[in-house]
Amino acid sequence: MKAIVTVIGKDKVGIIAQVSTVLAENMVNILDISQTILQDYFTMIMLVDLSNMSISFSELHRRLEEKGETIGVQIKIQREEVFKAMHQI
Amino acid sequence: MISQSEITETIRMIESEKLDIRTITLGISLRDCADSDGAVARRKIYDKITYCAKNLVRVGDEISIEYGIPIINKRIAVTPISIVAEPSGDENYVAFAQVIDQAAQAVGVNFIGGFTALVHKGFTKGDMRLMASIPEALATTERVCSSVNLATTKSGINMDAVKHMGEIIKETAFLTREKDSLGCAKLMVLTNAVEDNPFMAGAFHGPGEAECSINIGISGPGAVKAALEKVKDANFDTVAECVKKVAFKITRLGQLVAYEASKRLRVPFGIVDVSLAPTPAIGDSVARILEEMGLESFGAPGSTAALALLNDAVKKGGIMASSHVGGLSGAFIPVSEDEGIIAAVEKGALNIEKLEAMTCVCSVGLDMIAIAGDTSPETISAIIADEAAIGIINNKTTAVRIIPVWGKKVGEWAEFGGLLGRAPIMEVSKFSSRNFIQRGGRIPAPITSLKN
Repeated sequence: MKAIVTVIGKDKVGIIAQVSTVLAENMVNILDISQTILQDYFTMIMLVDLSNMSISFSELHRRLEEKGETIGVQIKIQREEVFKAMHQI
Repeated sequence: MISQSEITETIRMIESEKLDIRTITLGISLRDCADSDGAVARRKIYDKITYCAKNLVRVGDEISIEYGIPIINKRIAVTPISIVAEPSGDENYVAFAQVIDQAAQAVGVNFIGGFTALVHKGFTKGDMRLMASIPEALATTERVCSSVNLATTKSGINMDAVKHMGEIIKETAFLTREKDSLGCAKLMVLTNAVEDNPFMAGAFHGPGEAECSINIGISGPGAVKAALEKVKDANFDTVAECVKKVAFKITRLGQLVAYEASKRLRVPFGIVDVSLAPTPAIGDSVARILEEMGLESFGAPGSTAALALLNDAVKKGGIMASSHVGGLSGAFIPVSEDEGIIAAVEKGALNIEKLEAMTCVCSVGLDMIAIAGDTSPETISAIIADEAAIGIINNKTTAVRIIPVWGKKVGEWAEFGGLLGRAPIMEVSKFSSRNFIQRGGRIPAPITSLKN
């Protein structure tokens, strides 16, 4: 199962490091990553592989949300199929 | 990999344009619960609903988290109770309404539809008993929705039922007078009812349906409006294309959720209902879409044409996105549930007559309209008859959900709360339809019904 992690918020030091740490701790593999900064706003999109994930999806969702609150950015994780369904035929 | 702009577009549609799955509705057949003993039938009904729907809310919440799409309501539609209760011989069906209310509460759903009678050509004993039980059923339950189908293109209009419904609506309004006649907000009078509609209050699990089925209702008026903001000065060809594209994307989400829900609940997928269903929240209004097309207010001349374009383009966009599109599919214009429509009534831009014209081209009908509590039952019946006529002649579903708010007059407000919203009391014609309604009988099926 693959998912898309999106991180949106004000740019600061260590966002990628902190998000990647949560993912690594739970055996989530990062397949692709892209980021842009638009007028101080940081947007990062990651494609991750959940096949060896050591916790449940809802638990990972909760931990990422918590992490987002601590560093002051919004972190979302959604299964990749949502985007495929909407944008690819 | 999906492009960054596609990902941000989806997230924007969900986060700021209020795109959501409005409802996952589990249809459950209760035909095998019928029994000559009413108490036994009710026990079977409770057991079957609580068994079939035990995972509905949990699965809905799981899907919502994994896909990051809000799923607002989880609901249940059952076989018309007039059919299930009839063999019991009970004279009054209120206890049946109460038992489905308890079952709905036990599994955590907010509405259960199916306190229903299908009387478009005539009444059985069960139909009569169910209709007579509607006012008390709605007054003594919280989650039960009731509907009566009293006309079809194939059979014409049952004018006796039309007459009864005026009286039943008035009585329901009286019995729920403490809550601004809220009972009437859960009672839908239908023409050409569909058997797989996932939206309340008109949802029931039709006699032609399977044992169980999953029907999904999607929504996203905000996403359509946001898309139209980008084509401000374009002509209508572009506007229609724009609506179709958004409807396509929204429906694909609905199809995905429907497929997942069906797999996880082990219940066959029925249909996706591609509807623009507004809520009282700002940014979730169908009226504002029409205003985005260039009307000063919803209700201004041009509103019917704008709604016709919208309703049609939504269907066209949705049809290719799902393997089975059904239900009502189109644009809803429920007055109290759409902040833009409420605003139009408030500033005098919209009256019932214009709304009636718009129901010729929208997906349902005169929906969530509050009128003065002293409106006569015959006037309400006559409004129902007009709406039924629009339905049978145009071969479309129409509905009337009208609330004669007890003790209130034009200029005052009715407060229903939550998704049902609030509505200004609208003016209806003062001229009498009494002798017309007293005739009874049936208005014959239109010539267009003879297609064989």
